[in-house]
Amino acid sequence: MNFITSFYNSSIGKKWIVALTGLVLIGYVIGHMAGNLQIFAGPEKINAYAAFLHSLPGPLWVIRIFLIVCLVLHIVMTIKLAVENRSAKAQKNEYQATTSFKPAKATMVLSGLVVLAFLVLHLAHFTIRSIDPRFHELPRGEFDVHSMVILGFQNVWYSGFYIIAVFLLCLHLSHGFQSLLQTLGINSKKVRLPITYGGQALSWLIFAGYVAVPIAVLTHHLTLVP
Amino acid sequence: MNLKLKVWRQKNAQSEGKLVDYEARNIPPAASFLEMLDILNDELQAKGEEPIAFDHDCREGICGTCSLTINGIAHGPSATTTCQLYMRTFKDGETIYIEPFRARSFPVMRDLVTDRAALDRIKQAGGYITARVGSAQDANSTLIPKTAADLSMEAAACIGCGACVAACPNASAMLFVGASVTHLAALPQGQPERRERALRMVRKMDEEGFGNCSNHYECEAVCPAEIPITVISNLNREYAAASAREAAI
Repeated sequence: MNFITSFYNSSIGKKWIVALTGLVLIGYVIGHMAGNLQIFAGPEKINAYAAFLHSLPGPLWVIRIFLIVCLVLHIVMTIKLAVENRSAKAQKNEYQATTSFKPAKATMVLSGLVVLAFLVLHLAHFTIRSIDPRFHELPRGEFDVHSMVILGFQNVWYSGFYIIAVFLLCLHLSHGFQSLLQTLGINSKKVRLPITYGGQALSWLIFAGYVAVPIAVLTHHLTLVP
Repeated sequence: MNLKLKVWRQKNAQSEGKLVDYEARNIPPAASFLEMLDILNDELQAKGEEPIAFDHDCREGICGTCSLTINGIAHGPSATTTCQLYMRTFKDGETIYIEPFRARSFPVMRDLVTDRAALDRIKQAGGYITARVGSAQDANSTLIPKTAADLSMEAAACIGCGACVAACPNASAMLFVGASVTHLAALPQGQPERRERALRMVRKMDEEGFGNCSNHYECEAVCPAEIPITVISNLNREYAAASAREAAI
């Protein structure tokens, strides 16, 4: 146990926890995107997928709890690090400058917080279904994700916030993916450019994968199937 | 050249500091930044004013003594030490902000002079090889692959100036510690104390109140020795491996 506390108390130990939980969360983001994209294959496919997930209540809850623990650890460790960092830089320069402007790096905390706020809304909307009463009477029963998603995204305000939140999430990942590999010790002269640009490419692919659904709904390419 | 300067003046570690305006007149473009301050100090002394205190020693970019944050960038606009920064880099009539290297672990002693002994204490915690590693002939008979030698020598170029800490938004010393750990971990002579070194240096770094790397890479951009941030990745790996080993044994 002494090992765990001393590793946890060290600066690098906390960074490892942020990186490992970040890796798990990126994995989830990719998995969730793959699930979402099934909507383009029609209602049967995605509704069967939803029913399949809910047919495994044990594993589903184990995964959910694991993801929540990772998310909480990711946030708590980041806050601890940020507090230490603020204290380490007691006095700032009168003349503020950086060698180059890096929007993704400069907005990691902001993008993370907006995504967190979005996450709460998104879970209340589609998972707990406490926002839209229509989600309790879906045409094809409880697991009619196809109708639920289309009804949800037909609201321009919700779609707009969704697109902004996914944009910020991907901005977060465009710096985060490279950063987590750096923290896990997987960086060298040879792999530096591939992981930097590869991470950015992956992030914007994820962005495209997610926003495809609200865009398709708003442009009437995805409509309710009677 | 004539320049308008805004220089951080602070009587001692306890007092509050502030920026004070000065004019540097008739500065030759070939003067170094420190020589420009020498010229200004001569003028101040002639007027009976207190000269501006700043750190300097070799003035050839190898000792790591000079510092200064110039217009918000440690060691100024080019990736050299301040002593190797020449006034031709600036425009005539330009306003230049001159501040000390800022970090909680680098207390300001006077004006632009900071106490950077925290870096020495990290080095003393493990940034060396305890036993004598032999004479010249032993160096010749110890086979070291070229890739390992290159990695080690690149990291060994660190002059310990602390610009990485000053440039970091979190005042992290991880580029400095990463350079030291990488330098010795790449060589056969560094192997016996490899794990212990990573643990002791990181623990000392934390104890001294430095921040944590959040991957902004400002350190690499200002480093006069051009140490790459891959040494930080290496440090993260070395520390985790050493922690795991410490737990197992």
